[in-house]
Parts: sequence; C-alpha cells; structure tokens
Amino acid sequence: MTPPAVPHTIRRAVSLYSYQHEYFLRTMTLEDCVAATAATGAPGIEIVPEQSIPGFPHLTGEFADTWSGWMDKYGLTPVATNAFLDTKLHPDRWLSHDEQVASVRRDIDVAVRLGAPIVKATINFPPEVMAAAAPYAEERGVRLLLEVHAPFHYGHPWILEHLEVMHRTGSPALGLMPDTGTFVRRFPRVVSDRALRDGARPDLVDYIVKTYDDHGDTHALMDIVNYRGGGPVEFGLARQATHYIWTEPKTMLPHMPLIGHIQAKFYEMTEDGVEYSIPYDEIVAVLVEGGFDGHLSSEYEGQRHIEDAFPVDSVEQVRRQQAMLARLLGETR
Amino acid sequence: MYDRYIICEDGFRVRDDGRPGGRVEVRMPYYRGLALSMVEAVDLVLDGRPVPPERTTFTVHGNTYTFAELPAVTHDRWEMGERAELAFQTDEPLAPGEHEVTVSVRLRISYMPVPGGGRDSKRLVLAS
Repeated sequence: MTPPAVPHTIRRAVSLYSYQHEYFLRTMTLEDCVAATAATGAPGIEIVPEQSIPGFPHLTGEFADTWSGWMDKYGLTPVATNAFLDTKLHPDRWLSHDEQVASVRRDIDVAVRLGAPIVKATINFPPEVMAAAAPYAEERGVRLLLEVHAPFHYGHPWILEHLEVMHRTGSPALGLMPDTGTFVRRFPRVVSDRALRDGARPDLVDYIVKTYDDHGDTHALMDIVNYRGGGPVEFGLARQATHYIWTEPKTMLPHMPLIGHIQAKFYEMTEDGVEYSIPYDEIVAVLVEGGFDGHLSSEYEGQRHIEDAFPVDSVEQVRRQQAMLARLLGETR
Repeated sequence: MYDRYIICEDGFRVRDDGRPGGRVEVRMPYYRGLALSMVEAVDLVLDGRPVPPERTTFTVHGNTYTFAELPAVTHDRWEMGERAELAFQTDEPLAPGEHEVTVSVRLRISYMPVPGGGRDSKRLVLAS
C-alpha cells in the first residue's frame, strides 16, 4: 500500500457506534469509549445520541458540560452525530410530514449542543423531509448528510430522488455521507461463518458466498436457496448477500462536492491490518483524487456476527482500522 | 444482534409485593434506545408456559407500565443496554431452584419492513 502522492485534507475519526458491544454490556463507560477513540490517534469523534445519551432527546446541561469537558481532556473534536427518523413512532399512524421535520430539527439541535457540525440522516429520511429541514440546518450551521448505505448506491432511484432535491434546492446544508458497506468486494466471512455455526448447509453457504464474490446476480438468491431446500438460516444469509453491495469506489467521484463525511464501515480487520472484504486502499485513493475534505470515521459492525462464539474486542478492531487508515493517508509508514 | 444478552443472568427473583410470580431483568436487542411506543412485545415463557402480557408489567429506570399502556408511551425510553424489569404474576408461587425462561422482544423499527427484536432462552436460578 503506497501512501497518497498528492496532498490531501482527509482526517480520521471514530464513531462510538464501534464500541457498542462493550457499552451495551457496561464493560466500557461512555468515557472509556471516548478515551479509546483518542488512543487511536484519530482527532475526530462521532456519536450516536440515541445510543449514548440516556434520556435522549433531553440533553441535560450536565451532560453537555461533561461531553465538552471530555473533548478538551482527550483532545477530540466532535465531527458528526447520527439521527434516526421514527416514522413508526405511533402504532396506529405514520408520523406526519411536519412531525418528521420537527424530529429532524430536534436532532439538529442536539448536534449543535454537542458541538458537531454534521448530522447523519439515516437512509429512510424522505427527500421532501430533507428539503424542508434544510433551511433550519443552514440557520444552525449544521450539514444534514444522507447516508448512502447498502443496498443503495449512487444510481439507485431513492438516491436519485435525494440528489434531485439537493441540486434543485442548492442548499449548502444538504449532502451525502457514503457508508463503505457499499464497497464490499468480498462477502464478509464473519457473516458466512456465523451462518455455518447456526447450522446452515455448507453447500448453500458456498453457493451464496460464491455468487456474491463473483459479483453475480443476487436478486433471486433467496428463491434459489429455497429451491435447493434451504431454511430460515440460509434465507437469512441469502438476504444479507443482497444487502451488501459492491460498487466501484469511483462512483463517488461525480458527487464529491456533496460528500461531507464517510462512515468507514468494517466487519473484520485481520491480523495483517486489512479489512477482509472492503478494499480501503482503493477507497482512500478515490477520496484523495476527488479532493474529499472531511473525516473517515470508523464504524465497526462485526460484533453482531461473532458475539455468539467469540469475545468481541471492538477496541482492538478499531485500533487496527485506524492504523490502516493512518497508513493509507500517509500519516504513518 | 445481542440476542444472547436479552435475559440477564442475575436478578431473577420473586415479586416484592407478596403476590405469586417473579421478576426477570431484560435488555433490548438493538444498538440504540427506543421510545416505549415502539416496543411491541416483550413476551415471556416460563417453564414452557406463556405468561400473558396482561399478567406482566415493564419497568425502566423506576417507571412501571402495563403492556396495554406502552403503545402510547412516546415520552419515555428503553435505553441501549438498559436492564428493564419484567414482573409477572403466576397462579402459584414459583418453586425454588432452576427455571427455563424465554423472552422474545418485538420492536417496531421505522427503517425496517419487518419487525426487529430477538429471542433468548436461559435456565435461571431463582434468587432467594
């Protein structure tokens, strides 16, 4: 892996999402997670308020002070928060448009309180809600970035609808946040291994993984697995094979002016310091080429696939990914 | 995700109001907290027999709700990793010793077309 030859302004960050397993079990406190982030050498930190802040959406002054104190103590800068839109908050009715916009405004306020300039809009945010929330985001000095999360990609109708809104309104507050789960070249083995432990038939697992790795047509995988006598475990794996996608990282290039932050999703950092399924060298090269000016933020998601059989060590996984990113960004050799 | 951590291994005990039944501590199998209105079910099966939701109550950080109340509770949340207490009534007092406890959690997650949640089953020893 050769460090980039051209200068760039890409910085590293860690999303606290990465340490969710330890935080869930209370083997790490929120401050421990903040300290672990700082220990990677990443200057940026991303927080999922609904995960890390008891009492959300009410942020006490005490919490805001504690958070800001940690930022000083550990030398970190908040770079993004993640917002969810609970359109199904009520069992008997969909959240109205105005209520949805109010929910986004609330989350923009939370980001401002935490000192974060970017809010991730989860992929289910409707384009019209983004458009309606944009003026408030501008007013508050926050960017609202739609996550481009697998199985969506830059040519998908849902993303095209969002792009239409972003270009039509021209709001500087709106943009995109690629999730690198759209650049899964090889099927994550932590996922297929888990299916095997759950009793999946090895021949069907091989078929699913091979179809994915050949970048074959996965649309009817569940049906084929059904024709071959598979059951719920095999169906689950087949569905996952339709929910990771491989697209060329260079598909981000035409959208670079809209891209403000990257969720550096990963499933398994090997002992050799590479991600098993996602070619980060290619992704970083594209970001450098496109002049990306923002943070690559670690988002570890392997824990859910190994928790049944192995100890989860999110701290080590994030450490390895950050070391890889530092190398690819030319910070270290 | 987190299925194996739904039922807490400690905290299984008899009720504190003298009625027959017990209490078990449970966690939500999800990576963020949710308003209680989106917790569609926390179903309990004790020693192979389902305990009807009408005979259970749900307590988060000191606030107790019936399952009939939960759909309207949008102002209180089950936090990520929080141990909620599921209290249940039975006809007869629980026998001392080991019991098979199964809990299924069903969550309404807006970005998913199908229900979220999970299921866990453990043999727990009744604390005296």
